[in-house]
Amino acid sequence: MWPQQFDYQRADSVESALAAIGDNGKFLAGGHSLLPAMKLRLSTPDQLVDISRIDALRGISSNGNLSIGGAATHAEIAASAAVGAACPALAQACGMVGDQAVRNFGTLGGNIAHADPASDPPTALVACGATIHIQGADGSRSVGAQDFFVDLFETDLQDGELITSISLPDCSDCQCAYVKLPHPASRYAIVGVAVCLKMNGGTCAQADVAVGGATVKAVKCAGAAAALVGSSLDDAALAAAAAALSDDIGDWLTGDVAYPEAYRSAMAGVFLKRAISAASS
Amino acid sequence: MSTRIFGSGIKRREDPRLITGEARYTDDIKLQGALHMAVVRSPYAHARIVSIDASAAADLPGVRAIFTGSDIGDLAGLPTAWLIPESDLKTPEHPALASDVVRYVGDGVAIVLADSRYQAQDAADAVLVDYEELPVVVDPHEAAQAGAPQLHADVEGNIAFRWAPFDKDASDAVFAAADVVVSERILQQRLLPTAMEPRAASAQYNAATGELTLWCTSQNPHIHRFIVSAVTGLPENKVRVIAPEVGGGFGSKIPCYPDEALVSWAAMKLGVPIRWAETRSENYLTTIHGRDHVQFVDMAASNDGKILGVRATVYAGMGAYLSTAAPGIPTILHGLLYVGPYTIDNVYCESIGVMTNATPTDAYRGAGRPEATFLLERMMDKVADALDMDPVALRRQNLIPPFADGYDVAAGLTYDSGDYEAAFDKALAMAGYDDFRAQQTQALQEGRYLGIGVTAYTEMCGLGPSQVAGAVGFQGGLWESATVRVTPTGKVQALIGASPHGQGSETTLAQIISSELGFPVDDIEVIHGDTTETPMGWGTYGSRTTPVTGAALAQASRKLKEKARVLAAHLMEANPDDIEYADGSFSVKGSPDQAQSIQDVALMAHLAWNMPEGMDPGFEESQFYDPPNFVYPFGTHIAIVEVDPVTGSIDLQRYIAVDDCGPQINPEIVAGQIHGGVVQGVAQALCEGVIYDDNGQLLTGTMLDYCMPKADMFPNFELGETVTPSPHHPVGVKGVGETGTIASTPTVYNAVLDALSPLGVAQIDMPLTAAKVWQAIQNANGGN
Ligand SMILES: Cc1cc2nc3c(=O)[nH]c(=O)nc-3n(C[C@H](O)[C@H](O)[C@H](O)COP(=O)(O)OP(=O)(O)OC[C@H]3O[C@@H](n4cnc5c(N)ncnc54)[C@H](O)[C@@H]3O)c2cc1C
Repeated sequence: MWPQQFDYQRADSVESALAAIGDNGKFLAGGHSLLPAMKLRLSTPDQLVDISRIDALRGISSNGNLSIGGAATHAEIAASAAVGAACPALAQACGMVGDQAVRNFGTLGGNIAHADPASDPPTALVACGATIHIQGADGSRSVGAQDFFVDLFETDLQDGELITSISLPDCSDCQCAYVKLPHPASRYAIVGVAVCLKMNGGTCAQADVAVGGATVKAVKCAGAAAALVGSSLDDAALAAAAAALSDDIGDWLTGDVAYPEAYRSAMAGVFLKRAISAASS
Repeated sequence: MSTRIFGSGIKRREDPRLITGEARYTDDIKLQGALHMAVVRSPYAHARIVSIDASAAADLPGVRAIFTGSDIGDLAGLPTAWLIPESDLKTPEHPALASDVVRYVGDGVAIVLADSRYQAQDAADAVLVDYEELPVVVDPHEAAQAGAPQLHADVEGNIAFRWAPFDKDASDAVFAAADVVVSERILQQRLLPTAMEPRAASAQYNAATGELTLWCTSQNPHIHRFIVSAVTGLPENKVRVIAPEVGGGFGSKIPCYPDEALVSWAAMKLGVPIRWAETRSENYLTTIHGRDHVQFVDMAASNDGKILGVRATVYAGMGAYLSTAAPGIPTILHGLLYVGPYTIDNVYCESIGVMTNATPTDAYRGAGRPEATFLLERMMDKVADALDMDPVALRRQNLIPPFADGYDVAAGLTYDSGDYEAAFDKALAMAGYDDFRAQQTQALQEGRYLGIGVTAYTEMCGLGPSQVAGAVGFQGGLWESATVRVTPTGKVQALIGASPHGQGSETTLAQIISSELGFPVDDIEVIHGDTTETPMGWGTYGSRTTPVTGAALAQASRKLKEKARVLAAHLMEANPDDIEYADGSFSVKGSPDQAQSIQDVALMAHLAWNMPEGMDPGFEESQFYDPPNFVYPFGTHIAIVEVDPVTGSIDLQRYIAVDDCGPQINPEIVAGQIHGGVVQGVAQALCEGVIYDDNGQLLTGTMLDYCMPKADMFPNFELGETVTPSPHHPVGVKGVGETGTIASTPTVYNAVLDALSPLGVAQIDMPLTAAKVWQAIQNANGGN
């Protein structure tokens, strides 16, 4: 399709990007969500501010915590040894985004700002306790991933605010994994489940679980997590966790004609087990 | 060397330009001073147009003209060109722009002509149309019921035709007397053809000469020429249609669409070139869809496994208007195929063409024949199940025995040649059928669900004798013509009326000429796609280009060879009867040193210094070829799948295809056709399917929701072949463009249902998505 007319500007710093954005402007990162929406005229910004080449938004660093630039690409994250060590679930989620071309363009910041319910990275970020670092005209602030995702395509991000980085607690002493059931057409998640487990001997000492795809946003699943803690991740505990999971996500469930809610809900339980098995192996 | 070119898997000569982006498609052709057309399309599936206000749009920058339905009175409506007889056919008016009622989402209501595509789209968005919504019906079975919303005043009950050519009483008697009757409601879901290149059309009119040139994405430029001539009123000699590179069609570029008529009309009206190219979203809304049958099928058998009869009532969704060839698809190309490769003595088909508030349907790869093969093969498995017989044994018992030259079947066709059991045995051996059954039993004990599907098929292609075309109401002939023109330096230009668009025919047809005439294949050019440059032809569809155009080329080549033999004899002062030919060289029997190459002869024919008495100069021959019969390729396909009962996901583990298309001119190209066809057919079984909501909104309007098959869904295909020449074809070949699509859908469907049978699942509507499979398992288990 043919987008409406817009201006384009490339920013070389966070400050210049914030200064340029204007009232009806949009930041352009990989463009892999924004440009399709503009072509369909679902999004009609009059100004695009390209942030993809701002050095301060690129790169991945780890000194204790892991810090990922807002414009780091899925491919960089998936291939990063630091992410693989500190939070394999996120590396896996980014590695399962679209295809190689999409991963080369798409960015983590763009992905979470867009907040497509079928996205992969948000689920891993919520399970692994990520923090989103945001800068706006009035200064900077940080939000936990769980609070960042508000609803369908809705986040805590305000107009004109920029995601500068995403940080994650070091998770190298936990076992974490992300698994998904991809939609056969788009390969976005019909269901995605991330788990992050701390094991003490054979016993689960701490658990975090999040579900996406089946839900309007990435949802943290406290009930499922509680069912796992203290168990040896035996079949009974897994069944209890899967049952609790359907309550956890009940209010947030979504579906469509092809993949209705009932199916997605059931698959969330199935993929919880698969995620735990992937994390434990 | 040249004698072995037939059968050689040389590389496709089309590929370098396609792969490097050098190919020129319709929308690559820039026309000086062209305006861009955007179409204002209905957002409603059924509505009355109350008013159209284009005043704000007209004031936008770059906008040169806006026309609505009431402005185009001198542009005739789009014709339907397959008027099937004895069916009470109604052909509702199909104006290029709707002026009172819109009947599907995407129906055009106005066009904007502007300096750029962006401006055209901006203005199209600014055209204000006031609609009054009308009730909507999208399901063809529902649309045929009393009380359904009515689409066209002159199509009572939405029934455009009712085609039932067979003897109902005879069928009823067979079913009444049969030991076993199995029944099923089969949904042949709507599919989107999704050619890689969306449709495009550009037109230029020269007022001084009165000539219109239309570049468009066409599988049949000569058919486009006379339809465009008919709708614009220009004489046919003043219309030139050019199909440049065309990026796939699968049937969707056979019809003449409103858009092609509109660019032509606007070019004439405004005196400047007009360009239009659809977006993918527009393609999904307005380019024809395929299939869309609701079928009620029965099969009758005796207790010992003899299939006695098949009958079906088919509600075929036509969409909002009757597209160019639409009525012929669920009738002639469908019901006549109900015998398949089996000795079924009684068939009955009632096919009801139903108007619905949906995109028009028309031919999509296989066109009617996949829908027939599916129902036969599905019912064969159901009969096997009912009789507790092995489905392979049941099929084998009913296969038509080998025949080399003609076999009459109950549906009224005469198959040309077949050796079904040979292909059947070969495929089963490749699959290791008996071993598989043992593995399946073993796997089930481990809680794994494996399944196998076996399809024997034959199909009718190489369309077809023109006399038959006339008898079945096709408003055209089905012959082809070709000219083989040799230049003085011995290079060949073959001009054909057909219009290949991705099949590799430029390569295959050059191989035919080379093997007939001895010119090196690289010296032969195949030229197509321009009504001014090429002789008349009816187009590329129905797996007909190799069978029909190939025959015309073979015969034209043989005429030239005869001329060459006589001229060579004259030049060597020998008797023509003493001339021997081998590998592009003519020599005198007994004195092999004296020889004239085909190139020498071509040069001498052009120079004409020394011609035999009565022989005309030049080296060129033309041939019209009307096939005496269709060709009937056949084969057996086998799929092995595993179903994950927990998620409903299907893993296609093996796919075996044994096809017989007669002698293969280029085995690599044959394999490519089978690969592509199988992928499209499997996708119908597993993932593709149009979904409309109750308001007629297309929910699968982009590839985010409409599932195109992807390479990682497929194992490596295991191909095999048998070779049974067509008795009536000059080089014995049969078509192979559609066999993959025809055979593969039931093969994979039956494999999945075989895997699910221990779980008590007997039927699922296609496509077999994980969610539907999972739901069927839940239902069969009572939710446990
Ligand atoms: C074919 C295809 C397949 C895909 N498959 C998947 C998949 O399987 N799983 C998945 O998760 N995703 C998938 N995606 C989406 C992909 O992950 C995108 O990269 C992502 O959604 C958007 O990232 P982007 O960098 O392209 O953002 P853009 O499209 O550039 O921007 C998206 C939105 O975010 C805003 N934005 C961008 N960066 C920032 C920032 N730093 N701060 C504030 N706002 C910002 C933009 O203004 C815009 O509103 C797919 C996309 C495509 C095209």
